[in-house]
Amino acid sequence: MSFYVVQFLSGLASAAALFLVASGLSIIFGVTRIVNFAHGAFYMLGAYVAFSLTERLSGTLGFWGGIVLAAVVVALIGVLVEMLLLRRIYRSPELFQLLATFGLTLMVEDLAVLIWGPDDLLGRRAPGLRGAFDFFGQAIPTYDVLLMVLGPVVLGALWLLFHRTRWGVLVRAATQDRDMVAALGVNQKWLFTSVFALGVFLAALGGALQIPRDAVNHTMDLRIIVDVFVVVVIGGLGSITGAFVAAVLVSELNAFGILIFPKISIILVFLVMAAVLIVRPWGLFGKPEAAARQTPGLAVQPWRPLSTQARLAFIGVLVLAAALPLLGSNYALIVGAEIAIFVIFAVSLHFMMSVGGMASFGHAAYFGLGAYGVAFLAKLAGLPMIACLLLGPLLGLFGAIIFGWFSVQLSGVYFAMLTLAFAQIVWSIAFQWVDVTGGDNGILGVWPAALVATPARFYWLSLAITALSVVVLRVLVFSPFGYALRATRDSGLRSEAVGINSKRIQWTAFVIAGTFAALAGALFAYLKGSVFPDNAGIALSVDSLVMVLLGGVETVSGAVVGAIVYKALSIWLVSYTELSKLVMGGVIVLLVVMFPKGIVGTFDSLIESGKLSFLKRGSSRATQTEGAE
Amino acid sequence: MSTAAALLAVDGLTKSYGGVHAVRGVSFTLAAGEILALIGPNGAGKSTCFDMLNGQRKPDRGRVQLLGKDITGQPPRRVWRLGVGRTFQITATFPTMTVRENVQVALVSHANQIFNLWRSTPDFQRDAADRLLALVGVEGYAERPCGELAYGDLKRLELAIALANEPKLLLMDEPTAGMAPRDRIELMRLTARIAREQSIGVLFTEHDMDVVFEHADRILVLNRGTLIAEGSPEQVRRDPQVRAIYLGEGLVYDARHQEGAGA
Repeated sequence: MSFYVVQFLSGLASAAALFLVASGLSIIFGVTRIVNFAHGAFYMLGAYVAFSLTERLSGTLGFWGGIVLAAVVVALIGVLVEMLLLRRIYRSPELFQLLATFGLTLMVEDLAVLIWGPDDLLGRRAPGLRGAFDFFGQAIPTYDVLLMVLGPVVLGALWLLFHRTRWGVLVRAATQDRDMVAALGVNQKWLFTSVFALGVFLAALGGALQIPRDAVNHTMDLRIIVDVFVVVVIGGLGSITGAFVAAVLVSELNAFGILIFPKISIILVFLVMAAVLIVRPWGLFGKPEAAARQTPGLAVQPWRPLSTQARLAFIGVLVLAAALPLLGSNYALIVGAEIAIFVIFAVSLHFMMSVGGMASFGHAAYFGLGAYGVAFLAKLAGLPMIACLLLGPLLGLFGAIIFGWFSVQLSGVYFAMLTLAFAQIVWSIAFQWVDVTGGDNGILGVWPAALVATPARFYWLSLAITALSVVVLRVLVFSPFGYALRATRDSGLRSEAVGINSKRIQWTAFVIAGTFAALAGALFAYLKGSVFPDNAGIALSVDSLVMVLLGGVETVSGAVVGAIVYKALSIWLVSYTELSKLVMGGVIVLLVVMFPKGIVGTFDSLIESGKLSFLKRGSSRATQTEGAE
Repeated sequence: MSTAAALLAVDGLTKSYGGVHAVRGVSFTLAAGEILALIGPNGAGKSTCFDMLNGQRKPDRGRVQLLGKDITGQPPRRVWRLGVGRTFQITATFPTMTVRENVQVALVSHANQIFNLWRSTPDFQRDAADRLLALVGVEGYAERPCGELAYGDLKRLELAIALANEPKLLLMDEPTAGMAPRDRIELMRLTARIAREQSIGVLFTEHDMDVVFEHADRILVLNRGTLIAEGSPEQVRRDPQVRAIYLGEGLVYDARHQEGAGA
């Protein structure tokens, strides 16, 4: 019995850090409406800085001073980030904000490795709190008791701050209606900056307080951010009480899940989250999200099917691409096949994101499911390649049917976070279910059939499937279904009023996109000859988003161009620099701030505004909405 | 009104938000081809009443029948399939599509082709779409992005969309709100003409009394959630209660009014 009590108390101690980070995220979202993906990075920075400071400062005062000072230092970094980056994107669509802050996370990861090295760092124990209480024969670390107390104390302090100070009243007012607060003459800029600083301070404090409990390393950020997303989704974005209750709930689920259902401990939390979302789509303590704002600044030209010239150009490019084996080396062919596969992946995301308005942050889940589907069929069932390629993606299809049903109940940031969480479930299963998936070692030896075993033939196969997928998805965009999907994105009110069942349309689109992503994953498994949990990882999900964004969200063919450019660039980067995350993160941030329309979108606007009018004269229909491809 | 011929029959419709009784026991009927106006001061419950008719909101009590079929609480998309077109107070259209495509989406839905994955929508029933656009007078903008239209034209486009399923009943929430005075009269004349020609019942809410008294066959007056008057424009115009609401029974307003008249 006492063992369970101790387990419960240990869960409470873990809840403290989760609550600190989640409340920070919630406060920032409440006022600025930005879901700060970089919150995990600030948490990690807090831990690193606290490690360095407590190593240098001695004594009890030095330790606690170091912890607090670390949080302050990181909060100041947060202020810089807010002033330099976030202020430029407050009015951007939420997807761009998520991406920009993710780019920041990537950069911080590489910077942390540069400064503190790649190895785990073990911090000092808290002076005076090294011991443990004896609880009926079970030991409870004294430090844990401190953390248990800290959670409610911070909750109380935040309550006082928000209800008893002028600043707090302003923050609460801005949470309800920031335009009205601005109209009343409050300086929005500094209100936002101070709120961001507080949120980052809380995250960094949460990280700093972890050093006596846990090793510091450069993967802390993504681990915590997924948990925090789960917490705020369960508790309700914008609610501090919700963050507290959900942090305790999630921590206890983790603490007891490992005892009671060790096999599914990782996904237990996600199951609970899914259950909460069905009953209360905006979380336990959250309020329904206000109607989504129209995305300003992205003037949209109606999409048109390709003209005859453009179709010919597409075929021409395809023929050129098919001629690559005559010129290129084997390496070029392998790279070419990989790029082709990522074109399918990007185009599938584009279909649900640009056409359907559903920005998934977990599209890699279906890519990964397709890859594992193939690996299971090939290795366990021993099916031939053609059967695997046809049946493997079905795993992605089933995954998309289940996850998609839940996801389309939500929209906006909640949708993004839920899809991310589902992708983490897939990743966790691949990682944890070692008997079947091989865990971190993956499944090796998934080789293509002899007929397509040479690089040239595999390249042709990939190219053919890619061309077919692009054409099919393009036909879908202009089909009645594609228009109905776009109608649900443009105006939910109007589409319901003309008899369109929005949820069912979106669900179908989700499943279609997931299946094509799975097809890409299936090909990828054969290209690499192996399958790993990372095939469903966050990094890959974000890759797909960046590809679509790079090409241009508001264009039909942007995803194709974006995938080619991005993939080529990233393959090149990885081979030329150690700091690929830093560069890639920088590219993402720049892209969001400077070129929100992407390559094809920018090109289109130039033509529209007459700066490239010489292109317009020849084939006005073709160039009106997109380039040749 | 004979209830046997009722296109729309509303019986005891009630809705409260917390302690606020937005709509209290509203009952009325609407015949095919009849143009019925629902008027009342701000906060009278017009929009709530309206939203309950096509399923945008669920009533707490009461019944809505369309041609004798109970449609209470059915979602908007079902109500639409039964032949009810709707326009909104603030236009709801598809801004990323062309004007014609906006109508084509409604036509696709009407033809039960939403899950068709193959056909080309821009070529779908193009002539029918153009006819609808011509009917409301925006045929010249068929290829233009809908987001570029002036507000008055958007209202016309909405009417074309609402007519795409050959409705028996049109629900128009403040059809002329936000329009220039001349456009208002034109749009309502157009609506009235179409309604008479195609024998469509029209229920509309409106603040512009010129529009109401020129076009409505019958007027319902709503105040604080309750129907206080019903009848022909002439009857309603003379109704003392209605006059009190619209011209002010409050002493403050009355006094100021007289003062103003005196000065």
